[in-house]
Amino acid sequence: MAAIAVGVPRVVDQFGLLQLTIFAAMCILALSLGVVWGYGGILCFGQSAFFGLGAYTYAVTAINLEESTVAVILSIVVPAVFAALLGYFMFYGRLSDVYLGVITLSVTLIFFNLMNSTAGDVYRVGTARLNGFNGMPSLPTLNVPGDPGRLLDSTETFYLVMAVLVIVYVGLHALLASHFGRVVVAIRENETRCELLGYDVRLHKLLIFTIGGGIAGLAGCLFANWGAFVSPNVFSLTMTSQIIIWVIVGGLGTLLGPIIGCLIMQYLATMLGTQQLANTNLIFGTIFLAFVLLVPRGLVPSLRRLGARLVGRAPARGLEPGA
Amino acid sequence: MDLAAVLTIEVLSGIAGLALISIGLAIIFGMMRVINLAHGEFMMLGGYAAIVATNHGVDIWISMLVVAPIVVGVIGVIAERTIIRFLYGRMIDTLLATWGLSLFFIGIVTTIFGNISAGIRAPLGSVAVGRYNISVYRLVLIGITAMIFGAIFIVLRRSRLGLIARGTMENPNMAAALGVSPSRVYATTFGIGAALTGLAGGLLAPISGILPTVGAAYVAKAFITVISGGTAILAGTLAAAGLFGSVNQLLTYFTTPVIGEAGLLAVAILLLRVLPHGITGKLFRGSL
Amino acid sequence: MSDAVLQTVDLSIRFGGVEAVRHVNFTLAERELRCLIGPNGAGKSTLFKLLTGQLRPTAGRILFRGHDITGDYTHSIARRGVGIKTQVPNLFDGLTVREHLWLSARRTNPAGRTREIVDEILERIGLASLANGAVGQLSHGLRQWVELGTVLAGNPELILLDEPAAGMTHDEVARTAELVRDINRTHALIVVEHDMQFVKMIARTVTVMHQGAVLVEDTMDRILENSAVRDVYLGKHGGA
Repeated sequence: MAAIAVGVPRVVDQFGLLQLTIFAAMCILALSLGVVWGYGGILCFGQSAFFGLGAYTYAVTAINLEESTVAVILSIVVPAVFAALLGYFMFYGRLSDVYLGVITLSVTLIFFNLMNSTAGDVYRVGTARLNGFNGMPSLPTLNVPGDPGRLLDSTETFYLVMAVLVIVYVGLHALLASHFGRVVVAIRENETRCELLGYDVRLHKLLIFTIGGGIAGLAGCLFANWGAFVSPNVFSLTMTSQIIIWVIVGGLGTLLGPIIGCLIMQYLATMLGTQQLANTNLIFGTIFLAFVLLVPRGLVPSLRRLGARLVGRAPARGLEPGA
Repeated sequence: MDLAAVLTIEVLSGIAGLALISIGLAIIFGMMRVINLAHGEFMMLGGYAAIVATNHGVDIWISMLVVAPIVVGVIGVIAERTIIRFLYGRMIDTLLATWGLSLFFIGIVTTIFGNISAGIRAPLGSVAVGRYNISVYRLVLIGITAMIFGAIFIVLRRSRLGLIARGTMENPNMAAALGVSPSRVYATTFGIGAALTGLAGGLLAPISGILPTVGAAYVAKAFITVISGGTAILAGTLAAAGLFGSVNQLLTYFTTPVIGEAGLLAVAILLLRVLPHGITGKLFRGSL
Repeated sequence: MSDAVLQTVDLSIRFGGVEAVRHVNFTLAERELRCLIGPNGAGKSTLFKLLTGQLRPTAGRILFRGHDITGDYTHSIARRGVGIKTQVPNLFDGLTVREHLWLSARRTNPAGRTREIVDEILERIGLASLANGAVGQLSHGLRQWVELGTVLAGNPELILLDEPAAGMTHDEVARTAELVRDINRTHALIVVEHDMQFVKMIARTVTVMHQGAVLVEDTMDRILENSAVRDVYLGKHGGA
């Protein structure tokens, strides 16, 4: 991946570079849900809430401070704190599966509705006008820490986002291999047994949910930077469904899966957006239907099994998540 | 005095609206535990069916009350037989499949009708209540919703179909042992749920106008209502719709529609925290 | 009675109109092996769930080594040193046997020592050859042993077993009895069981429950000769 990252800007033009940058940022977002859902077993239908919160936090902070470093930090911390509060509310109330989904969905919809209605001068945080459904344009983008005049150009931004993606991926990998991570996976397999072994299930869920929220917030910050723009659409039903689709298509229960799912779906969306042959929704819908009937486990696990069978071994013991 | 009357009508109208958009989903989710993300699109299809029929000269009432549910009911049965029935018990796959259906329907309708808003005007005009004007149609909707719920109650309680449905819901294997084909029951149930949703879409078309993407506005609220309602299909939906509808309409009246929406969602969250299995998970247990 | 590992005082639980466990006074001494038997519906499993914290009593207290654990969360009770094997085996189907033992031991041991413990338990239970297989694929008897091993790996002071011999072949039952007797050399145990053959193989003192209350507590021999116990099992006492 590092080789690709380094080589790419030489080969690709400005437009392509911007495309790849946003793809990478979205992959980070996909990873956040991938770890919360695929490994934690937490059905979060509102991951876009943390994404959007990160984006808006960056926007508001960057406009007020006219410097991006603190803004970036806050764009991780604020969603994480919010996730912790929401998580405490849900997990210590022993809520589970479908109900979690509904509540998290409601949360992102509340944000969507709230932010949509903040048009008008009176809705401002410090010097930043929220602008409601119009969105906040012309955001200050990332600058070298401490030097507000020196903004990152598109190549540097690309490197940065790729670096963040790699760090998040490696970090999550390590986290999941640690004692904490393995308990989280065990909770997904059988909560009761984990409790019987003396692990505080609620706390573990809370922590993994918070981490997922922070990572999603970081993705939101990078997204806001990419377009120098943020609007309530970051909280929309479409957005939150997209994240879920990326993870499902790529495969629940792997880290690589959400990344691949995200890349494929983003690429398809871009490609299909430019052709006139058939309606995008129609095509996506057909793809999903074909997917679920033919490749139910998602791409990465299915390809792994296929690969293992071709090599002649029994399929690797995969952590198949329960529904 | 007339303010109180108008407010009451507004609240009842809000409750009826929520109940109407949720009942189809309550049947599908309540009886088969299927999360139908295409619920909003079923409504949209119902709306389009009603509009197309009306624009071709069919009486508006027939379009809404007959054409819409039949069209969407048939579509529902087809969807169930060709896709959904392979996925029972696989919640994630059902999510993905119904999301795919949702996009598919939006795509088809956009291709056929384009992206422009279509509409039909609400029949019956308005009536004066004191200083205010109320759309008569909204009053009629309240009545129609009540009748729909009544009809479902009678079918479930008194008819053979209802008994079979309830039995299969409780224990599919037992029902099969008694000669009932569970797959037939599932197809029928899904079809009826879809038909009711199409009916709702048709009835609401004059009020809200129809775009291919109008489904998104409904799906979240319907789900929140159904899940907050709990396991009892009728009692739960009514209870949840009653609570949320009142909160929504009252807040909207005294502040803004946005606060009304936020209030609805906030109450839902609080409710689920206190009653994790919905209202009828604790209260009114054992009712229909 | 600070000698007692576990003690219940007037423990009761009521579900709606039914009192499933009635005023149970129960004491378990150091390294005692107690079997809990009784006909269906006697309240054995309900009492078990009260002890594990999976149910909250409506009256009475539970004391573990003198500490009041009434109403505590399951994971708190487990942390105090209580190992629990439930009636329906609770396992991580997607994980290997080794991973089960690892998770159990790792909570209270550093990584290196954990590996040693895992190997020891694998040997003791006799599952070393299956260590890297997914538990979901194993037969019922093997799964019960995996659960037993998982419980042991946490080195609990008290072990609660709910129907450890359920669904096992005769040979498996004998082996399980051997394991339980071996475990009893160092740990106190409460075993809820239905299988009288198994109970006979392991029992010292037996508590017989009937309709939520303790009917009689005695040694296995005297229990077998007790006419009240016989009546209860044959359904002569107002139905079980």
